[in-house]
Amino acid sequence: MSGELILFLVLALVAIATALGMLLNRNSVYSALFLVMNFIAVAVFYLLLGAPFIAMAQITVYAGAIMVLFLFVIMLLGAERLPDAKVLPRQKLFAYGLAAVLAAETIYLLVTRARPEGIVLPPDEAANATGTLVALGKTLFTSYLLPFEVTSILLLVAMIGVIVLVHREKGVQK
Amino acid sequence: MVPVEYYIILSAILFSIGVAGVVFRRNPLVIFMSIELMLNAANLAIVAFSSVLNSFSGQIFVFFVIAVAAAEVAVGLALIVEIFKTKHTIDVDQLNSMKG
Repeated sequence: MSGELILFLVLALVAIATALGMLLNRNSVYSALFLVMNFIAVAVFYLLLGAPFIAMAQITVYAGAIMVLFLFVIMLLGAERLPDAKVLPRQKLFAYGLAAVLAAETIYLLVTRARPEGIVLPPDEAANATGTLVALGKTLFTSYLLPFEVTSILLLVAMIGVIVLVHREKGVQK
Repeated sequence: MVPVEYYIILSAILFSIGVAGVVFRRNPLVIFMSIELMLNAANLAIVAFSSVLNSFSGQIFVFFVIAVAAAEVAVGLALIVEIFKTKHTIDVDQLNSMKG
């Protein structure tokens, strides 16, 4: 068993355990912290897969910015714990059953089709270039320039939307 | 090198945990976190395939997914704050009327 495989198995265990911890914890602050752990584990998977830029983006954007926003809103609303209410009978059981079926069929389909026979892509010339990051940047700003610009507009629209939603002018009561 | 199938299996398991969270949690913030988990699982699968196929396109796709997820979270959390302001609760079982 190679060292990389052992690292993978340990990290996979961490990722699944933290995902379950996020799912089952009744306090949403703990859920958010479990999710941060999960994102960091997935970032290490990206490093293993040879995608250092995505790994760093994952840590700064997901584990950093997005989860801080989550914690901020949880504490702002005081929604750490919701009061108990009547739940649908056997809702949890159904949810687990359906999720297990979904997992089984996704695993089956993806594993049987994961290696498409007959389709052998030539290795990307850029991928063989010296610095991965440099090559990634070049691809991003040449072949994918239009989606990149569209993303910036999307972020601007989201920002304006959030300000319009949350901002309330002084003296104006709804 | 870890076989790509292992990554795909892990990604499917994480995605299914996210689906279960969306189905049975009542706190919309935790539902949101489950959606993030599902996006993350899909990203993992995309990067795994991209590394097998020796192509950059997958990584760039994941980059865009992360940017869109950031925008989505900002708008979604603003909506939750606004719902809390008008209804004084965020329990999704209580939010069953269209009129505010």
